[in-house]
Amino acid sequence: MLRYLLEKEFKQIRRDRFMPKIIFIIPIMQLIILPFAANFEMRNINLSIVDNDHSITSTQLVDKVLSSGYFRLTDRSERYDEALTSVESNESDIILEIPSDFERDLGKEGTADVMIAANAVNGTKGGLGSSYLSSIIQDFNREKGFTSVGSGRGVTSINLFNPHLNYKIYMVPGIMVFLLTIIGGSISALNIVSEKEKGTIEQINVSPVPKSLFLLSKLIPFWVIGFVLLTVAILVAWLIYGLVPEGSFGVIYLFAAVYLIAFTGFGLAISSFSSTQQQAMLTAFFFLIIFALLSGLFTPISSMPEWAQKITLANPVRYFVEVMRMVYLKGSSFADLQGHFVIVCLFAIFFNLLAVISYRKKG
Amino acid sequence: MGRLNMNNEIHINHITKRYGDVEALRDLSLEIGSGELFGLIGPDGAGKTTLFRILTTLLLADSGSASVCGLDVVKDLKEIRRRVGYMPGRFSLYQDLTVEENLNFFATVFNTTIEENYDLVRDIYSQIEPFKHRRAGKLSGGMKQKLALSCALIHRPDVLFLDEPTTGVDPVSRSEFWDMLDRLKRQGITILVSTPYMDEASRCDRIALVRSGECLSIDTPVGIRASYDRRLYAVRSISMYKLLGDLREFPDTNSCFAFGDAHHLTLRKDGEDVMRRLRDYLKGKGYEDVSLEPIEPSIEDCFMAL
Repeated sequence: MLRYLLEKEFKQIRRDRFMPKIIFIIPIMQLIILPFAANFEMRNINLSIVDNDHSITSTQLVDKVLSSGYFRLTDRSERYDEALTSVESNESDIILEIPSDFERDLGKEGTADVMIAANAVNGTKGGLGSSYLSSIIQDFNREKGFTSVGSGRGVTSINLFNPHLNYKIYMVPGIMVFLLTIIGGSISALNIVSEKEKGTIEQINVSPVPKSLFLLSKLIPFWVIGFVLLTVAILVAWLIYGLVPEGSFGVIYLFAAVYLIAFTGFGLAISSFSSTQQQAMLTAFFFLIIFALLSGLFTPISSMPEWAQKITLANPVRYFVEVMRMVYLKGSSFADLQGHFVIVCLFAIFFNLLAVISYRKKG
Repeated sequence: MGRLNMNNEIHINHITKRYGDVEALRDLSLEIGSGELFGLIGPDGAGKTTLFRILTTLLLADSGSASVCGLDVVKDLKEIRRRVGYMPGRFSLYQDLTVEENLNFFATVFNTTIEENYDLVRDIYSQIEPFKHRRAGKLSGGMKQKLALSCALIHRPDVLFLDEPTTGVDPVSRSEFWDMLDRLKRQGITILVSTPYMDEASRCDRIALVRSGECLSIDTPVGIRASYDRRLYAVRSISMYKLLGDLREFPDTNSCFAFGDAHHLTLRKDGEDVMRRLRDYLKGKGYEDVSLEPIEPSIEDCFMAL
């Protein structure tokens, strides 16, 4: 019986003009475009310089800052006030003011102050800009043999697992997770609700087909599609970004299998509460946005406020994003991820139980 | 097991169903015999679909009980689902599957094959067989309905539930459809069919007139018409709309309804005396061409009188 139900399901998915596109083309586009767009590395920070010193040292400093590639000189002002106007008119993001006795103080006392003022309307840009700028100045000091204030001992950091802090490497595994979430969580819900909308579910309901079998016939195709999609995504990551997991494929697929069960259960629960595709879409959308923002996919969980960090513990996406990054970048093995595995399994049980209970209630 | 010895009856005992404040069915009781072609006649919102959904085990009644083929609709729902065929009011087959795939699918869902029961659907299916590779969504209204009936019949049900099968279908196809039901009835299948079209009522063995969730009257079509105890007149004139108002204002008018090309009028009293006064009244209103003739009541007249 299940075989016929599945046969029908795949026939319909294949004939649907829209579905194959949604399932394959859009995810690949996302995988190609998003890592570039969601790049947190800041370039082209607009810099306004107020050089009150006009000395050789100050010119050298400015040259060094500009040659770093992170900054673009938009404005050279005589006074700080003028520079501030350019920030207000949104032409510059950050001001570097060099005091008038810069070279002399450096020569005499070995220290001199520069002022960095950043426009914090775009917090990331301002924050990253000023930290780039200070590290360039520190570097400059070291070259010149001066010590900079407050950094008697330079702090050096080494980036493990992603030495060049390449955001694409970081983003791609996370986006793969999100693709699986969408397929498992919303497309499956939409599919079931569309049978409700068209009334075809009535015809199945008056037949001897048990509801559980019918629902299973809805879930298995998306489970299979999820696997195909994951494989496509892994290929795309390899072809475009040269990204190959450090860890084993087995671990990735094992997690994906359980994760897809969890999210098809989630989709199933949504479908039991909605009677139109629109309702299902909006409900799924609402949850998926929250899951995405609290998953650590775009912003690190460690930089969230305490309460938000607590909420992420209840977010299944978070765990799979972590797993994918650990396997892809760090080469973690199953033994390292046992805790995660248990949690994803619990989510799978929870969502499917929720779906079964809500379907029971509706008869 | 011979089909004819089987109990294909439907019993409905005091069924009530509420949706919030609206009472869809009010203490409704019906007995439908084996092999009967029974019609539920009533306007939209009368509760016909609700009754179908309860009998096909898709919905639970608030109170009362019902049985189909001697099986309780709550306790024995699995067995009922094996033995009934249901054609919902809305076309609800898979539009993206072809005609043949749909029929095949519903056959397998009921653990049977098209070949096994082909004799039962042959009459109907043969008419759409030339289009069997066409997708169901691309069929015309009449063909969709034939396919839906074929799918409801493919597992050889004992009882067939047809919810407004002829709504939105042209008159020729409608009449053909009722011919098909006659043939199915001869096979011993009990058929419960609902329709808002009063003219189809005469094709049923017995009918129930339903309004606002209540059975107003249950009888054979002939019996229902015979129970109409007033004299009925068809009144025609050139200015029909004005005539309706004037007839209703006539002091001895009992009821007057617009029926297609004539107004159907009943009077409080019968007799030559009243008729003469009516003619004078209409002449006084300036009608020169009024035709006034006694007619036999239709089912619709009976329905309006209830």
